[in-house]
Amino acid sequence: METLTVKQKQYLEQPKERISGSEAIVRCLLAEGVDVLYGYPGGAIMPVYDELYKYQDKIHHVLTRHEQGATHSAQGYARISGKVGVAMATSGPGATNLITGIADAQIDSTPIVCITGQVPSHLLGSDAFQETDIVGISTPVTKWNHQITKASEIPEVMAKAFYIAKSGRPGPVLIDITKDAQFEEFDFQYKKCEGIRSYNPVPKVEDSKLAAAADLINNAKKPMIVWGQGVILGKAEDELKAVIEKAGIPSAWTIMGVSAIPTSHPLNIGMVGMHGNYAPNVLTNECDVLIAIGMRFDDRVTGKLDEYAKQAKVIHFEIDPAEIDKNVKTDVAVLGNSKESLTKLLPLLNANSHTEWLQKFKDLYTIEFNKVIKNDLHPTKEGLTMGEVLNEINTQSKGEAAIVSDVGQHQMIACRYAEFNKSKSNITSGGLGTMGFALPAAIGAKMAAPDREVVAIIGDGGYQMTIQELGTIFQTKVPVKIVVLNNDFLGMVRQWQQLFFDKRYASTEMTNPDFVAIAKGYYVDAKRVTKREELASAVEEMMQSKDAYFLEVCVEKEDNVFPMVPSGASVSDIRLE
Amino acid sequence: MDKKIKQFTVSVYTENNIGLLNRISAIFQRRHINIESINSSASEIEGVTRWTILVNMTEDQMKKIIGQIEKQVEVIKAYYHTDEETIYQESCMFKIKSDLLFDERQIQNIIKESNARIVTVNKEFFVLEKSGRRSEIELLHRELSAFGIMQFVRSGRIAVTKDEMKITEMLAAFNN
Ligand SMILES: Cc1ncc(C[n+]2csc(CCOP(=O)(O)OP(=O)(O)O)c2C)c(N)n1
Ligand SMILES: [Mg+2]
Repeated sequence: METLTVKQKQYLEQPKERISGSEAIVRCLLAEGVDVLYGYPGGAIMPVYDELYKYQDKIHHVLTRHEQGATHSAQGYARISGKVGVAMATSGPGATNLITGIADAQIDSTPIVCITGQVPSHLLGSDAFQETDIVGISTPVTKWNHQITKASEIPEVMAKAFYIAKSGRPGPVLIDITKDAQFEEFDFQYKKCEGIRSYNPVPKVEDSKLAAAADLINNAKKPMIVWGQGVILGKAEDELKAVIEKAGIPSAWTIMGVSAIPTSHPLNIGMVGMHGNYAPNVLTNECDVLIAIGMRFDDRVTGKLDEYAKQAKVIHFEIDPAEIDKNVKTDVAVLGNSKESLTKLLPLLNANSHTEWLQKFKDLYTIEFNKVIKNDLHPTKEGLTMGEVLNEINTQSKGEAAIVSDVGQHQMIACRYAEFNKSKSNITSGGLGTMGFALPAAIGAKMAAPDREVVAIIGDGGYQMTIQELGTIFQTKVPVKIVVLNNDFLGMVRQWQQLFFDKRYASTEMTNPDFVAIAKGYYVDAKRVTKREELASAVEEMMQSKDAYFLEVCVEKEDNVFPMVPSGASVSDIRLE
Repeated sequence: MDKKIKQFTVSVYTENNIGLLNRISAIFQRRHINIESINSSASEIEGVTRWTILVNMTEDQMKKIIGQIEKQVEVIKAYYHTDEETIYQESCMFKIKSDLLFDERQIQNIIKESNARIVTVNKEFFVLEKSGRRSEIELLHRELSAFGIMQFVRSGRIAVTKDEMKITEMLAAFNN
């Protein structure tokens, strides 16, 4: 006992209170600064809901219409605020319904804590009513998970859950709590987790690696940066901007990184990857030094790996050691938090401008503009394009809106064309590509950032995967703006069928319901636009609305998204048509 | 050179946690890698579990998998080693009819030469135990097969490394 530190002593001397496990859970949430959570009740989690009822003036529980919606709302909340999102569900089907959102949060490094009820511990393993092994099921898609069977474990496990979810490379944590542990009374005391001996969330930045990186960058003739979400998660936007500007490096982003640097920045050269911009994809295979910052070389970014940036020296700034050399072999790997690494890198860099090199990007942009962008944003044909809708939203939001996109053609168009002035403004399902993500994620985003305009851009297909969350929007009065770009098709799949399966449109045509009537059925103001002349005023009406608003835009049915790196092709073989 | 498939012994130091086996085996399963053998035991450090996993793959793949293993919150540290870098053993047991021990002179010679140990003998059967390299165990198995084996079982590999693995220092650093 003599080995106790002062802090540990203070903790042990704190007054304890005798409360139930379920009350402890709510008290832990409060101690972690949680003011809103998303969930759905049921038998095995009822004691916790009973406490949420008692604490409703301190913590707001949002009843989603499906547990998947709860996870996506928690993700939207986390992504826009940088805080941990919380979702709750009952055992069995409630818990399994969380899995898609958990997997999405895992692959997109989103900090969420999911709490599930479980059958009483004496029934574990007996195939009891609504028993599923949710810890087993969620293991491959969680950063950490744990089952609690005794109330006394609650404070320590909950503290660890929040610490693990948000530290280092963030991710989802699931805590499963048996019903008997919820009822059990114990002496409650809470202490935040400050470290776990087997877990080193932020590797130290090595000066020698920084020096080697700076050396490569200072000697580069044609350097190119590709940044990812690691910049946003590390809150390193300003540091990245300083590096880019000082060294004069053309900089591209992955779909998860967009909005870290304003769209209009002269060195922002657009998106890399399958539907990214022409210039950064083509010139990936021409740059001499490729500087990857907080990104993980997803196959949608690299295309054919054997032909990805082979001519370039590769520098990788990354917090997760397991990402180094995973897909692309690096010449210099700088481990550590992006903010710290970039702060230390800046003074080592020579001021530079790569005018001629930058001009190459501009020239290729002009080609892309004439072949693709012009027709997307300012179409002369009769049918409406998805691009012109985005263009109208840009004009009216002046780049201030947060855009929450679903998955498909509309997502690629939204990410390509949305203009952003602020970080944490693009919320999309990047790694998992989860249709149904946007509507519930927009709810969480708007609740975390009530002062911001939150616009969800959704396809007619994905919308119908979580359409029931209109009920949540109506009940909770979250003023999200919902835009459905309706092409009566599972458009992205149809595009592939057209290009690679000889136009055999197997199960991609949708006979859609009256979306406006459905929105109105949930008492959400709604409008449908079918003509170009109606678009600007409809977007204006939506943006002016103080309440939630639903806008359906009927767009051209068989438009394709270009440029495109066909799967299996090299990034420099990107197609413009 | 990294493309050659080799045998590696993976040593993983972990906190003792119910779900960890699931997490670690899933890392191999996802990548279609067969675990040749796996052993979990106490380690030289109190309260720290040590796993010994035997796998075949390229060194490239091995490095990536070590990264994925170490990424697990409850893993303290993971290492991989080639056979040359470790001292390793397996152990096995044979259950054999007792009559044979007395009727077949040859069996006694086999036992002596192989350095196997008789664990127990009763009227019906006797049990033989042997630790050593896989090849020695396989040889013994072949030799005894001729006489009939009632039961055979072999353990996973356990190994210590020639190099130091500085877990104690790592844990001490955390406490400070
Ligand atoms: C849950 C889920 N199921 C299937 C897919 C495969 N998929 C990717 S895009 C897409 C079509 C999306 O259609 P829609 O929502 O109408 O958007 P559009 O491409 O037409 O803009 C499909 C089916 C997916 N990403 N997610
Ligand atoms: Mg569609």
